[in-house]
Amino acid sequence: MIVQPVLVVAAALFSLGIYGILVRRNAVMVLLSIELILNAVNINFIMFDTMLADTMMQGQIFTIFIITIAAAEVGIGLAIVLMLFRNRQTANINEFDLMKW
Amino acid sequence: MEIFEIVIYFILLGLISTAIRVVTTSNVIHAAISLVFTLALSAILFLILSAEFVALVLVLVYIGAVIVLFLFGIMITRAPLGKNAELDNDKNKKMGAAISGSIFLLFSYILINNFDGEVNIASGSSTELLGEILLTRFIFPFELVSFVLLAALIGGITLARKDEALIDKDQV
Amino acid sequence: MVNNSLILFAEAEAVYTDGGVLAEFSWLLVVLPFFAALLITFFGKYLPMKGAEVALLTIGSIFIYSVLLMYLHITQGIANEFFVNVGTIGQFDIEFGWVVDGLSIMMYFVVGTVALLVFIYATNYMQGEIRYTFFFTSLTLFAGSMLVLVSSPTLIQILIGWELVGVCSYLLIGHYWEKKDNSSAAMKAFITNKIADVGLMIGIIILALNTGTLRISEILYQATHDYDGITNVAFTAGILLFIGAMGKSAQFPLHVWLPDAMAGPTPVSALMHAATMVTAGVYLLARMFPFYQSIASEALDIVMLFGVITLLTAGLIAVVQDDLKKVLAYSTISQLGYMVAAIGSGAYTAALFHLWTHAFFKALLFLGAGSVIHAVHSNSMLEMGGLRKVMPKTFSTFIIGTVALAGLPPFAGFFSKDEILASFNHEGETTFFFIAVLGAFITAFYMTRAVSLTFLGEYRGHGHPHESDSMMTTPLIVLAVLAAGSGWVNIPGVYTGFTDWVTTRKTPIIEYHPESFDLFALGLGLTAGLIGIALGYYLYQLQGSAETGDSKIKVEPIWTVLENKYYIDDFYFKFIIDPIKINMAKAVDVFNTNVIDRFINSFGQIASFLGAIIYNNIDQNGIDKFLNMSSSGTDSFGGKVKLLQTGRTQQYLMLFLGGVVTISLLILFII
Repeated sequence: MIVQPVLVVAAALFSLGIYGILVRRNAVMVLLSIELILNAVNINFIMFDTMLADTMMQGQIFTIFIITIAAAEVGIGLAIVLMLFRNRQTANINEFDLMKW
Repeated sequence: MEIFEIVIYFILLGLISTAIRVVTTSNVIHAAISLVFTLALSAILFLILSAEFVALVLVLVYIGAVIVLFLFGIMITRAPLGKNAELDNDKNKKMGAAISGSIFLLFSYILINNFDGEVNIASGSSTELLGEILLTRFIFPFELVSFVLLAALIGGITLARKDEALIDKDQV
Repeated sequence: MVNNSLILFAEAEAVYTDGGVLAEFSWLLVVLPFFAALLITFFGKYLPMKGAEVALLTIGSIFIYSVLLMYLHITQGIANEFFVNVGTIGQFDIEFGWVVDGLSIMMYFVVGTVALLVFIYATNYMQGEIRYTFFFTSLTLFAGSMLVLVSSPTLIQILIGWELVGVCSYLLIGHYWEKKDNSSAAMKAFITNKIADVGLMIGIIILALNTGTLRISEILYQATHDYDGITNVAFTAGILLFIGAMGKSAQFPLHVWLPDAMAGPTPVSALMHAATMVTAGVYLLARMFPFYQSIASEALDIVMLFGVITLLTAGLIAVVQDDLKKVLAYSTISQLGYMVAAIGSGAYTAALFHLWTHAFFKALLFLGAGSVIHAVHSNSMLEMGGLRKVMPKTFSTFIIGTVALAGLPPFAGFFSKDEILASFNHEGETTFFFIAVLGAFITAFYMTRAVSLTFLGEYRGHGHPHESDSMMTTPLIVLAVLAAGSGWVNIPGVYTGFTDWVTTRKTPIIEYHPESFDLFALGLGLTAGLIGIALGYYLYQLQGSAETGDSKIKVEPIWTVLENKYYIDDFYFKFIIDPIKINMAKAVDVFNTNVIDRFINSFGQIASFLGAIIYNNIDQNGIDKFLNMSSSGTDSFGGKVKLLQTGRTQQYLMLFLGGVVTISLLILFII
């Protein structure tokens, strides 16, 4: 009954995250959008876990792992942004085009 | 329609609206605060779906730590606080909306067509069982993740610290 | 008559055991050297002794293993063989394996002992020489190849070991290949051996086809039980196997490679001419002895004939050689003649006994010669003399080797040579008997000459020779003890242990064993030896010329003939090698210019004509234009596409996600 709405909302969160990544200029904002995507995945996992009533609770366990990895990712990501900011005096990812032809 | 379903619908509505605000607001602090609301709402959703430990972790780790980290990041990189029209890349807006929209439609289509089922909300705590499984069957990934965290810790420090001596030595 | 005695003997079961664990693990003997050779090749240069320690360790453990086997064999007698099947070709099982019986254990012991001493000697002798590590690789490989050969229970493994020994000898003889002489000596040894190997190979094929098996024990069983298939080809196969043996054991007329093989370093000569390589032929004949004796006795007569010719002719050449190592080389050929002749006369034990004693005293003589050469820096005996004072250890050990070779009691050569003479006498081969006695005289004579020129008199060379290092003299002393004492294991009437050792085999050996000394043969042989020594001492010491040390007496034209080695080499060059080289070359040249070249020229002309057409029309206007166009097209297209490469991650991600969505839609709704 409520499975499909929750899944659709998770998909919506995911898409909004994508939108944020594509549109935001500030690197910190991009990282925020990535958190949104990860949260969408978490919601999916929990929903499926509850729906399947898994005795091993693998959905919840994976969610915990994802949260942990996300924390690590945020740490590293912000460190990189900080580094870039220190070198370029800006956190605007439009201006990072070292890989340009 | 039971009462918890109505609650869930409200939560979903809140999730979507706060998430939209995260990606559209032109104020960085507002975006971060909106993310806090999104995460808090999903934590409530998890609670209803009888995943109280995950909900707790979400609150502790995300709202407690990650968001603070983000706020620090925002401050340190001197992102303009308050309203800022420059925050979005206007050239990408249409294309980004089209792509994310089509991804949303694609996902919804697949999910609705393939998954449906009844949810039996179990009463009582599942945390004890979760802990037991996590430290028996999943002990190896658990340890592995701790290593990843350690590596991220060291990596973060190495990247972010301002070690003049190190930089000099590398460049000479 | 022969068959009757065979049956009688076959009924009397030989007493032996299977050898237990020690025999089962004898494959280690064969595998270890190859493993060690690999180790030396890859890591030798980084080791403190440049790989010599690996070689020494390996050969040392082989020595210890062979001593254990020998002990076990003496106490209980072992005869066993093991097979490992590696595949099938047609009806033949290709099997490798290892034999542990009297004959092979004796060979393990000889190879292990002599190789160990030679290796110790070589670590010092080769110090500072070029390609030191590679030398030890090949030397280890050489010992290993010989062990492959002597441990082989199948003819196919014999052939493999045979060829491996040939290759390793090529590598070792040509160790100083920068000099043309040395590399051609290596080539000569290889090619001469190769010619003989063809005989061996054909012999093996004939035997295999007519017996349906490659196992030696099986073939010998069929031979001693008069199977039709093998009896019909016995003579041919026997002769062909002997041709193979002729090459490795340097029998006339294929002996020409051995004197030239002296081009290699002296330790190689010692190893090659005492324990390995040259004994391979004798070993093969001994291994196949029951076959020869029961059904190929005519072939055995020919074997004896060639052996006797070899022992006499080679001995005579040794008399006129001035190069110390060449004297020993011809002496080796001569002694191999004794062994082969002994096998030919049916004296299995006598031949192997001589192989056994010869291995020790000839290794001793070669190493002694090496020590001398190391000190004098010359091979020529005319530049030596008087070395007894400066090199006392080398001198005394060399003297022991000399008297052992000359056959004076109680040294080793006396017993073995006497047994050969006794068996000639017993078989009633009067002519051969007297030739062998003459050979004993000649042996004593040339060895006395060599000692006299090298050690006695006054020093005629340049520089100041000195005694060699203890690393070199210690092996000499050990070998001197062996040269003196190794004959005591087979004294007729007193102790005949050696006979029991080598006759303990799965196939029983029937032969004549002297119960006591044959006093006639003994007396004659000893007298011949003593006369030889006395004459040599008289001619070269008392009557020798002071400047060269050589005798003033030169009997023309015999000396000239001998100095030219009976013109055998010249014969080969003139009638075999040169005709092939000159006439064949000329014919090939004519054929080449008139037929092949013309054909190729005309072909070339046609081709170039066609090529011009193709170049102008198809290549320039067709292919090249197409290629140029495609390259310029790629260039301009790339110039436009590269604009996509903005370096902005968001744009990349957008393109990527757009692609993902498109492909997903395609998969979902269209395909």
